[in-house]
Amino acid sequence: MADKEYAYYSGCSLEGTAKEYDMSLRLVMKALGATLTEPHDWSCCGSTPAHTVDHVFAAALAARNLAIVEKMNVHTLTTPCPSCLMVLKKAHLGMTGDESFKNEVNALLDEPYEGNVISKSSLQVIYEDIGLDAIADRVTYAFPDLKVVPYYGCILNRPPDIAQFDDPENPIAMDRVISALGVEVRDYAFKTECCGAAFGVPKRAMVNELTHKVLSMAIDAGANCIAVACPLCQQNLDLRQEQVNRAMGASFNIPILYFTQIMGLAYGFSPEELGMDMLVVSADHLIRSRMPIEEYRKMKEAEAAQAKKAPKAKEAKEAAKTEES
Amino acid sequence: MRVGVFICHCGNNIAGTVDVAKVAAETRKLPGVVYATNYMYTCSEPGQEEIKQAIQKENLDRVVVAACSPRMHENTFRKTVEKAGLNRYFFEMANIREHISWIGEDKELNTNKAIEAVKMAVAKVMNDKPLYSSSFKVNKRVMVIGGGVAGMQAALDCADGGLDVVLVEKSPSIGGMMARLDKTFPTIDCSICILGPKMVDVAQHEKIKLYAYSEIEEIKGYVGNYQVKIRKKATYVDWTKCTGCGACMEKCPTRNAYDHFNFGVAPTRAINIPFPQAIPKKAKIDPTFCRQFTKGKCGVCAKICPTGAINYEMEDEIVTEDIGAIVVATGYGLFDLDKFPEYGAGRYPDVITGIQYERILNASGPTSGHILRPSDQTEPKTVVFVSCAGSRDKSLGVPYCSNFCCMYIAKQAILTKDHVPDSQSYVFYMDIRSPGKGYDEFTRRAQEDYGVKYIRGRVSRIYPKGKKMVVRGADTLLGTQVEIEADLVVLATAVISAPGAANMAEKLHISYDTFGFYVESHPKLRPVETNTSGVFLAGACQGPKDIPASVGQGSAAASKVLSLFSKDMLESDPAIAQVNINACVGCLKCVKTCPFQAIKEEVLRSGKKVAKVIETVCAGCGVCTSTCPCGAIQLQHFTDNQLLAEVNAICQS
Amino acid sequence: MDTINLSEKTDWEFIEQVQKESGQNISLCYQCGNCTAGCPYTNYFDYPVSMVMRLLQAGQKDIVLNSKAIWLCATCETCTTRCPCEIDVAHIMDTLRIIARRENRVSEKDIKLFYDSFLDSVKQFGRIYEMGTLLMYNLRSGHLFADADLGPKVLTKGKIHFFPKKIKGADKVAQIFERFQKRAKRHG
Repeated sequence: MADKEYAYYSGCSLEGTAKEYDMSLRLVMKALGATLTEPHDWSCCGSTPAHTVDHVFAAALAARNLAIVEKMNVHTLTTPCPSCLMVLKKAHLGMTGDESFKNEVNALLDEPYEGNVISKSSLQVIYEDIGLDAIADRVTYAFPDLKVVPYYGCILNRPPDIAQFDDPENPIAMDRVISALGVEVRDYAFKTECCGAAFGVPKRAMVNELTHKVLSMAIDAGANCIAVACPLCQQNLDLRQEQVNRAMGASFNIPILYFTQIMGLAYGFSPEELGMDMLVVSADHLIRSRMPIEEYRKMKEAEAAQAKKAPKAKEAKEAAKTEES
Repeated sequence: MRVGVFICHCGNNIAGTVDVAKVAAETRKLPGVVYATNYMYTCSEPGQEEIKQAIQKENLDRVVVAACSPRMHENTFRKTVEKAGLNRYFFEMANIREHISWIGEDKELNTNKAIEAVKMAVAKVMNDKPLYSSSFKVNKRVMVIGGGVAGMQAALDCADGGLDVVLVEKSPSIGGMMARLDKTFPTIDCSICILGPKMVDVAQHEKIKLYAYSEIEEIKGYVGNYQVKIRKKATYVDWTKCTGCGACMEKCPTRNAYDHFNFGVAPTRAINIPFPQAIPKKAKIDPTFCRQFTKGKCGVCAKICPTGAINYEMEDEIVTEDIGAIVVATGYGLFDLDKFPEYGAGRYPDVITGIQYERILNASGPTSGHILRPSDQTEPKTVVFVSCAGSRDKSLGVPYCSNFCCMYIAKQAILTKDHVPDSQSYVFYMDIRSPGKGYDEFTRRAQEDYGVKYIRGRVSRIYPKGKKMVVRGADTLLGTQVEIEADLVVLATAVISAPGAANMAEKLHISYDTFGFYVESHPKLRPVETNTSGVFLAGACQGPKDIPASVGQGSAAASKVLSLFSKDMLESDPAIAQVNINACVGCLKCVKTCPFQAIKEEVLRSGKKVAKVIETVCAGCGVCTSTCPCGAIQLQHFTDNQLLAEVNAICQS
Repeated sequence: MDTINLSEKTDWEFIEQVQKESGQNISLCYQCGNCTAGCPYTNYFDYPVSMVMRLLQAGQKDIVLNSKAIWLCATCETCTTRCPCEIDVAHIMDTLRIIARRENRVSEKDIKLFYDSFLDSVKQFGRIYEMGTLLMYNLRSGHLFADADLGPKVLTKGKIHFFPKKIKGADKVAQIFERFQKRAKRHG
């Protein structure tokens, strides 16, 4: 499938604290017939810190990577990290929309960027390019007990002029992808509320409160798992869940899975391949609850048959009762 | 030929950036010009007097005024020259204000451009021909489109003035938005109690012919003589037999039809009468829900109807009415909840719109006037109102203020306290806009006497928490975020133009703005006229308006119709297309392109086919002139020769 | 707040500078408060974001550039997304941070230090070396044990590298830093 080839910009987090995102994404993409090629010798996009220094400088750190991709044989870049995505798109849109800005940025680079790379989040690629039918077709396992709320975080769909994907207030792509797996998705009002991850290190107290809100709304929604698409969100909600518990007197114990891990589990990959053991809040009970789809269907059929019989049995019972009396 | 040219200073409007004396001096050098002068205000009485005297003294036979846009004063000066004995078409206006002095700052460039503009006007006036109006008869019947309060007022005033009125309403009953309201501000009088008598007057007036559940299909003709095709939509109930007894509605097995009248607050039956005071009080079937239509069997209403009025085979019917003038009163539309994803986009049943809340408050509404929230039919104790839901929001394409929301929110908050004394209402607002008579006192009363808490700021998100809706917003005066756990949230959604407004405007040949509201002829001085003669505006189709303003415009439009119809004959504009039958090859391309159907085919005695312009229908737009391959059809006063003379005047200098 | 003498203390040049560098028209703001209403950080701000916009309109350079708010903003883009006047508020906050950094007045030292540690890692290795960034930040900020409790969790999961991984083109990335610094000097 030559049309599903992407330059894969994983971003720095996926080499470290978000390794399991990288592992699961690569597996799932391969399973769905998409080819990911890592740009040679890519560098950090600069992220938020570069944007506190200078607009041109920040764009240059990002554009170095766009220039590398431009020389590759693919037209579309995909990145799983929303922060990288926004920085890359901001640089691209800034440079293609303003010739003098483009020249200023290119003056800082060895290889100029001409503006020919389309960047998409990996969620967008899975949702739009691969599509829900293909996602559903590949499913081999069911999760009868799993109740997921998708948490998109603040910048995956924002601002709309830059994200150019899904709805900035009530996004639905991840909801639909997970639903297509046959997994129950709960309505969640805090899909896009910021969790504060950017300040995890320097402003802990502040972040604890924001994280607490995101987690407690998920519990209120009846979820036993939160799906995420952002390495910073995952790290913040998972790694720091215990910090939040301590600081806020809470007792959260809700697994935070990358949506690609849920896909991988539904596709029958092993927990090890998907890096499930790297989660701080264990998802073992959820993994144990998965069952082959055939088995699950048989179970459902049996349940339905039982439900049909049940009223009759009840009637018979009641009839017996009246006879007795 | 003796041309006189008058250059106007327009105070500093023109003289500020154009050297008017130099323009006059240069003009004097032009061939044909025997007199040129500059004057402070040419449109003033002494200014006009000077033109008249110059015509006499200098024996002028052509006049040019270089001043403002002809839309302002062309008519003024045509009358002036006519009074001095010239044909009114021996006059030209050069627009050196809107086209020159107001848009450029460089005086020298402006002056040169003004000289060119005058040269063109002089060249044109020397080629002008005398033209004469003819007169035609007026059909003194008026059509009012839209049966809301503005349209009803216009219809009643016209009828009381002795005119025959055709009133066309697209929904099954007249009454419009006002019939849906509970109480009205700032007097808290019952809306239907004051509107009901007017509705009855309309129904009973012998001079008013009502077409309910009907729409305008096509409009042909011109002021004084319009032919309008009306589509009477199929109701599947023979209204001549229906007595409005309501038996069908009671027995109808389909209980989940969308209730348009109640804005979907609760479902209704597939056959229904919209509300108890409906006029006409007749039943109508909604075929998208009726089982007879969706499943092909049911027939309950046909069986139950005591007069046998049900007719599932009914089809739309087209009727034609001849009329002389039109009052457009098509009202407004409202933003739907789907515009607000951060407020749930309609996912939360206890987040509703202001008009839905009106129906909940209303005694004839689905809750019989008891305030019960949609999710669980319990009485809300905490109600939050969000003003400007979409209004003043450029990002949603509504940069304007919706005009009456501040007032109805205050009213609804007061009524909430009246209905549920132990309730507390909050209002999020950006500014309280209450400039009407007694209006500001009313919003104060809501706060002072009814304890409504006004919060200056906006709401960022509404989300459910248990049985409550959490409303999170900012109080900008406190400088903090605030949260309220509400039972019910009411959004004052933005007022937008009525659905299909643009389409209607095109049928009427009137202009509309970016937002679909109809454009009046002059924003101050001709507020109910349009630029199409014989078509007038009333109510919110021109822009968001409250009841008193809509009623005022209804009456104003009626008075315009009455004054138009005070004459038996109208004068036609002679600046229309004319066919040179010798040059016409009978291709009849012009017949196809004419937007007014003003050209028809004519067979001459010789057997030659040519185009013929119907003088009274031609609007003088000139489309035919540019279509004609052989220059046979010419727009009078804008002939090819006249326009080329203008072009030559600047190109050859 | 003290009385502000608007005749004397309105810094028109500052208003112009922020508008130019951010490309945003500050007078479009009509103070509806929607940005503050949605801002997740507003509880920690010394001035809510709508008031930062107001202070900008009033040309109050010192108050704005010395504020904590501009550094506590995490660019979550909620304000930009919801602004009815289509102002890119988050971009204005970015611009204010840049100006404050340039003028050497940073009210939130810890956040700046964290950003600096981050950028140092980028300059040195071409990518982020998470462990190094954290240690560098802890050393500089004096919060020696920040997130030390998380250490065992992360390390046992094999997620964080003990040793930095340098990309081949690290020097090319460092050159971006150097060229930028030269350019900044040139522009004063």
